[in-house]
Amino acid sequence: MSITLNVAISLSDEQGMLLDVARGFVRDQAPIEAVRAQLETETGYDANIWRAMVEMGWTGISLPDAVGGAGMGVGSAVPVFDALGGGLLGTPLLSTTIAGQLLWRAAGEKATDWLGRLCNGEIGTVALLDHADWGVANTGVALDTDGTLSGRKRFVADAQVADLFVVVANESGTPVLALVETSALAPGALSANVLIDLTKRAANVDFTGAKPALVVRGETVARALRDTLLLGALLTAAETTGAAGRCLSSITEYLKTRKQFGKLIGSYQALKHPTVDIYVGMENARSFVYHGATIVSDEVLSRDAEVACRMAKVAADDAMVYAGDRAVQFHGGFGFTWECDSTLFIRRAQWAQQMYGGAIHHRKRLAALLLDEEGST
Amino acid sequence: MTDNKAALKAFREDVSAWMAENVPADPGFLLPLTFLEVGTEQQLDFLREWQHKLWSAGYLGMHWPTEFGGQGADPAYQFVVDRELGRHNAPIIFNTIGLNWVGPLLLDMGTDEEKAKYIKNILSAEEIWCQGFSEPDHGSDLGAVQTRAVKDGDEYVVNGSKIWTTLGNYADHMILLARTNPEAERKYDGLSFFLSPMKVAGIEAHPIRKVTGEYGFNQTFFTDARIPASCLMGEEGGGWSVAMKTLEYERGVTAGQASGHWGVTIQVDDMIDELRALENDGEALLSDPIVRDDLVGFIMEAKALSLSARRMAVPALNTDYPMGLALSVKYRGTEYERRMKQYTASKQGARSALYVGDADAVRGGFWQRAYFSNFGATIGGGTTQVQANIIAEHVLGLPK
Repeated sequence: MSITLNVAISLSDEQGMLLDVARGFVRDQAPIEAVRAQLETETGYDANIWRAMVEMGWTGISLPDAVGGAGMGVGSAVPVFDALGGGLLGTPLLSTTIAGQLLWRAAGEKATDWLGRLCNGEIGTVALLDHADWGVANTGVALDTDGTLSGRKRFVADAQVADLFVVVANESGTPVLALVETSALAPGALSANVLIDLTKRAANVDFTGAKPALVVRGETVARALRDTLLLGALLTAAETTGAAGRCLSSITEYLKTRKQFGKLIGSYQALKHPTVDIYVGMENARSFVYHGATIVSDEVLSRDAEVACRMAKVAADDAMVYAGDRAVQFHGGFGFTWECDSTLFIRRAQWAQQMYGGAIHHRKRLAALLLDEEGST
Repeated sequence: MTDNKAALKAFREDVSAWMAENVPADPGFLLPLTFLEVGTEQQLDFLREWQHKLWSAGYLGMHWPTEFGGQGADPAYQFVVDRELGRHNAPIIFNTIGLNWVGPLLLDMGTDEEKAKYIKNILSAEEIWCQGFSEPDHGSDLGAVQTRAVKDGDEYVVNGSKIWTTLGNYADHMILLARTNPEAERKYDGLSFFLSPMKVAGIEAHPIRKVTGEYGFNQTFFTDARIPASCLMGEEGGGWSVAMKTLEYERGVTAGQASGHWGVTIQVDDMIDELRALENDGEALLSDPIVRDDLVGFIMEAKALSLSARRMAVPALNTDYPMGLALSVKYRGTEYERRMKQYTASKQGARSALYVGDADAVRGGFWQRAYFSNFGATIGGGTTQVQANIIAEHVLGLPK
C-alpha cells in the first residue's frame, strides 16, 4: 500500500457556495483599509462585521444541528477560513470555532447550552499553553478541591474579547476541561501580549480563584484535545493559504506595473522564477488544506486525517513564510515600509507558523506516522 | 458501488490476471528505464513484441476509437491498465511519441485519411515515431527552427539537422517542424508541420551517447531529402500552432495519451523501501533524524502531486488560476523525481559510487542510472526553466 494512497479531495456544492459567499463578503466588507483600521484597536475586529458573520451562521458551521449548529461538518469551515485569510481579516472566529470543537468533542450534548451560545455569537477561546511549547501536555492549571482554578495560561488567543474560556487543566493530575466565563475572572487577570501580527490578539490569563461554570472529565478529554489541536492546525493552514494567495497577487500586481532599467520588473527571471515557486507552494498548501477538509469528520480523527492536518500546516506555513518574505524583498524600498501591505503578510506569516505547532513539531510526528507505523509503506 | 465502478473493478481484476500470466520475465539483458533510452536492436525487438502483445490483448489505446484500433472505452480504463503495468513491474510501452503525442494530435486535428493511415500502426508498434523539433542551435527556442523544406512539385526537399531525436534510428515516421518560408514577417508563420517518412534517401540518424552511458538519442541529418508533399499536416505556414498542440500532449497539459507507462514506475515508496535496508554509522539509515525529516519532505511532495492531479477535476477549487495546476505538472513532477532519485543514489555509503555493471551496486546501480536518466524529463519537452517562464507568463500573467 502506498504512503500517498489517500488523495481524496472534493468540494460539495454547499461548500462551494460557502467559499463564494465568504470571498464576496471579505471583498465587500473588508477592503485592506478596513483591515488596517483595526490594527491598533484593543479588540482587533469590527463588531458589525462579526455580527454579520454570526447572522450568516459561520459560528455554527462546524457544530451539529443538535446544539444549534449547521451540521455541515468541520471540513466546511475550511472554505470560510480560506476566504478570511484572503482578506487578512481579524475576527475571533478561529478561536470560537476551536473552542466549540473542543467542547463538543469532549462533552457532547452535555455542553448544549454553551455550544448554543457560541453559535449565537458569544466569543469562545481555548486556554491551552502553560509555556511556549505546543508539544507538551499543558495541564499546569489545577482544579483544586474547593472547585476553583489556580494557575496561569499564556498566549490565549482573543482573550481580550472572549466571553467563554475552555481551560485545559488538571484535577489531581488527570486532564480536565474547565469552562470559565469572563465574569468569573479576577480583576486584572488579563495581560495582553504584543503580537507580531497586528490583525490578531492574545493575552496571558491568570485563572487563579476562578470558579468554572462546567467541568468536563473523563477519557474523552485527551482525545478531544488531540483532535482539536489537529483541527486548529488545519483551520489555521486554511487561513494561511488564503493569505498566501492574496500575498501572491500583491507580488504579481507589483511585478506587472513597476519599471526599473526601462523594463517591467516582472520580466526579469530573477523575480519571475521565485514567484512561480511561491505560486506552486500556495497551490500545494491549497491541495493539502482541501484534502484535509475532505477527510476530517465529526468523529474521532483517523490516521489519514491526522496526516492531512499536519501536512496542511507544514505546507501552508512554508508557502506563507516564503511568500511574505519575498513580498517585502520584491517591493524594494517600498516593501520595507509600514505603508506596504507586505508588512501585513510577513507579520501574518511569522504569527501563523507557530500556531498549533510549527514545522519541526509536525514533521517529527509525520516521520513517526509515515515511517515507523506498521503498514505505513 | 455504482455500475461504472463495479465494471472498472472487474476490468482491473481481468487486467491484473492477464498481466500475471503475460508480463515477460527478465530477458537477461538490460532494459531501458524510459522510452528515451532504447539503444539496441535486442531491446527494440523485445519492446516491440511486448507492446504488440498488450495491444492484441485489447489493453492499449483504451479510449481511442475502435475504427483505428482502439477500444472505444472511457479514459479511466487506460489509467487502470497503466497502474497495473506499474504494479506488475512490466517493461515499458516504448512507442511513446506515437502513443502519447502524435496519436492524440492526429485524433484531434488530423484528417480522416491521416487517422486511418497512422493510428492503428502506432498502437500495434508496427510503426515507430520520432519527433524532429529541437535543433543543435535551437533547443528550447523552437520558434527559431532553421531546417528548410522547399516545395518542388509534389515533394518537399528538406535540408538541415535535428537533435535529441529519441528513437530516430529506428523510427518509420517523424513529426517534423521545418521552415517553409524564411521571409515570413513573424518567424512563427514561416514554419510548417510534416508527418515525414524516415526511411528515405537523404535522412540519416546518428546515435548520441548519453550521461547514463546508454543511447536512445540521435542527431538526424537531412541532405536534399525528398518527402511527399502530402505529408504536410495542416496548412503550409501553419506549423507553429500544430507544434504547440503537440507540446500540450507531450507535457501532459491536455489528456488523450494512449499509455502513461513510458518509463519504469519509481515512487516515493520505492525510495523508502530502498533506504530502509541501508545503514549509516552502524545504525538503520531511517533512524537518522535528518534523513527522516528529508523523507517527510519527499512524501509530502509526492502526495501534493497526486492531490493536484485529483484537484484538477474539481473546478470549484481552481477558480483563481484555472490552468495553473495543469501547466505546472511537468515543472513540479520532473524536478521532484530528479531530487528523489539523486537522494536515494547518494545514501548508499561507498556503494553510492558504483554504477550499472558492478556486482556490488545497490539494485544493480538502478538509482544512479535513474537519476541521470531523469534529466531527459527535466530537459526534454521544454526545460524546467522554460516551464517556469510559461507558468509565470501564462498562469500569473507576468510580462515576457
